[in-house]
Amino acid sequence: MPPQLKTLLPLFAGFIIIFLIIRHLLVPESFGEQGHYRFNSVEENKENQMNYAGKDACAECHDDKTAELASDVHAGISCETCHGPGLAHYDNPDSIRLIVPKERVFCGLCHAINSSRKVKVIVQIDLKDHNIGKNCIECHNPHMPWELKEESTPEENL
Amino acid sequence: MGTERREHSRRKFIKTAAIAASGIFASGLINPFNAIIFAAEKPNDPTKPWWGYGIDIEKCIGCGRCANACKSENNVPREPFYFRTWVEQYTIKNDGTVKVESPNGGIDGFEQTVPDEDIFKAFFVPKMCNHCYKSPCVQACPVGATYESPDGVVLVDDTYCIGCRYCVQACPYGCRYIHPEKNVADKCTLCYHRISKGKTTACVEVCPTQARIVGDLNDKNGPLVQFLKEHTCLVLKPHLNTGSKLYYNALSGEVR
Amino acid sequence: MEQHYQHLYEMLSQGQGYVFPNEVDLQWGLLIVLYPYITGLVAGAFILASLERVFNVKVLKPTYELALLTALSFLLVATMPLVSHLGKPLRSYEIWITPHSSSAMAIFGFVYIWYLMVVLLLEIWFDYRRDMVLWSQQEKGLKRWIYRILTLGVTDLSPKTIKWDDKIGYFITVVGIPSAFLLHGYVGFIFGSIKANPWWSTALMPIIFIFSAMVSGIALVMFIYMAVSYFRKQKIDMLALDTVGKYLFYILILDFTLEGLDQIHRIYEAEESFEILSLLVSGRLYLTLFIFQIFLGTIIPLSVLAILQFYKPKEKTRRILYLATSLLVLFGIFFMRWNVVIGGQLFSKSFYGFTSYKIGLAGSEGLVMALVWIILPFLILAFLLWLLPPWKKYVEKAN
Repeated sequence: MPPQLKTLLPLFAGFIIIFLIIRHLLVPESFGEQGHYRFNSVEENKENQMNYAGKDACAECHDDKTAELASDVHAGISCETCHGPGLAHYDNPDSIRLIVPKERVFCGLCHAINSSRKVKVIVQIDLKDHNIGKNCIECHNPHMPWELKEESTPEENL
Repeated sequence: MGTERREHSRRKFIKTAAIAASGIFASGLINPFNAIIFAAEKPNDPTKPWWGYGIDIEKCIGCGRCANACKSENNVPREPFYFRTWVEQYTIKNDGTVKVESPNGGIDGFEQTVPDEDIFKAFFVPKMCNHCYKSPCVQACPVGATYESPDGVVLVDDTYCIGCRYCVQACPYGCRYIHPEKNVADKCTLCYHRISKGKTTACVEVCPTQARIVGDLNDKNGPLVQFLKEHTCLVLKPHLNTGSKLYYNALSGEVR
Repeated sequence: MEQHYQHLYEMLSQGQGYVFPNEVDLQWGLLIVLYPYITGLVAGAFILASLERVFNVKVLKPTYELALLTALSFLLVATMPLVSHLGKPLRSYEIWITPHSSSAMAIFGFVYIWYLMVVLLLEIWFDYRRDMVLWSQQEKGLKRWIYRILTLGVTDLSPKTIKWDDKIGYFITVVGIPSAFLLHGYVGFIFGSIKANPWWSTALMPIIFIFSAMVSGIALVMFIYMAVSYFRKQKIDMLALDTVGKYLFYILILDFTLEGLDQIHRIYEAEESFEILSLLVSGRLYLTLFIFQIFLGTIIPLSVLAILQFYKPKEKTRRILYLATSLLVLFGIFFMRWNVVIGGQLFSKSFYGFTSYKIGLAGSEGLVMALVWIILPFLILAFLLWLLPPWKKYVEKAN
């Protein structure tokens, strides 16, 4: 064998062996168990913190509100749809409070008239016409929207 | 140099090429397709859950509560460049042109930007990760940082992702992004931390019209399979054969 | 971070039509344009060197070592734009330890190491071994030690061993040719295999990349040969230069034909993505595609080289023409990479709109960083030419 190969072949063999050793040390635990990924990551992805509690959690304390909700057209909506993530409040009811949206524009997110919305799916109102300047909840109880408050006088029919 | 080389050249070249080619051929026989495509697959066990998702376009009112809840639940940056789910408003005009918009992903709601008389058809389309079972993003990841979990959810291992952005390029649905602070790939996880504990996803939780359904494709009596049975469901970009598990009812031809 | 968001809001305002919200920000920027450009130069320079070694184009001898050292200088820098663009560069070793066999990008680690260690370094070593042994005996001081180490202790200069240098070096060059194709072809496949992107997804992409790599590599060696001869006040071997020009001409024709074929096919079939891509090409990509890549980078060099095949003006004129041609080709091929990488991200995968791209000045993806990576190989080449000067190689006296 020529002297070049007598030096180069062991040198490269050495490189490959060192690489394989380093690789063995560096490949993370559980890699490859179920596919080309670190299997422990599946469990880790389950550990993320939750922020939404779910309607049943709200019902545990606020059963009056959920009863109101169930009696009218907003029955299919979750509390957190409007009030935001509630798990922190569920765990610490006194120190952490939820948002209580009051502005017209918030109700408009669902109800503002828009040709992309189907009337049979959602009632719509033209916010530029209907009782401008007032907040929707001054007349409509958000948990029982058709239980209008006494002084309400709609200027325009739907 | 010179003439001696010329005689060796062709022989040596052909010999080397032949050895290389037979090596490649042999390794191809051993594991022909799995090595290079379809890094995700259908699970074999029908008793284990296999997660899928349904969206009913007839019911979506474009309120954006889903996109908002997703960002709250999963601590996604609020800037309008990073969405795990978002809602698009499609307006097809009488002249045939299509206008698509998604201001801040729909989180702040939508306005009607085309006058009634010009509108032929208009609707909302929520978008999100399709959790493909022949996922091109899983196929493209060079290190194995994104994968399909055994129960069918495409997830990211953010301790392993190198942030090369190849998966973002490979996704045909535009549902992946690089998290601006973590500098790794991020996307809808189907609220894996919730569904594996019996809760539902944040987006399904807050949807006021039940336009979104998350469910088990292996559960033949479950809500998702019922949804598939009762509606005519399509997936986005079927010609790309991604194995998308996001099924739309009333998906109109203009939607991409 | 604020600045980054500001940049993104600007891009949002300069968009057109509709893009998916996650698509406003381009994923791959200037640095990713640079990487295929650099590996293309490496592969192309090597192919030119192999023309002399394997295909016996003897007139190219003056450019042989220059081409190899150029390839090495650029290869050493090639990984840098990639690593510096990663979100987590410190995790880049993962490509070596858990490469995903279904991902074209995963091959990078191994093909790079293979090409660097086995092809380039060994070929240069076998070519220079005798000289390094001689120089280690003649030089003094630090240089003496550098040469001694580089010889790896193989100091035998007997005719039989010298012949082995030649044989093994030849074998490595032969293996190096498909390796060069793999080194750059896989980059083309990285783009060509993305079915989500119709601007990228074509079977021709690896071929186009390889041919444009050869074009850019040959142009680079042409330029460097003229520059080095100028700095050394050395007469240029016009036969060599004319031959390099001839090969540049042939390969440029092939490259142009292949790219043209890709576009003709796209235009003819006019499938779903055709409308948005036409708007892309006639709008945001007009300057970089038609003016920079096609007109300045291909049509003008082709015309000049074509004329030079039939009509040979005097030496000085030819030198100026070759200089201009090589620089125009290098410019044009850079923009070919630009049009592929940036162009593929300017339009939305919804086919309903465009986003925009503006190069930042500073930062890890900025212009300054890119200039550093372009200039560094020339500095390395200067060092290598000092360490391993081709013109001081031992020449056997013909009997």
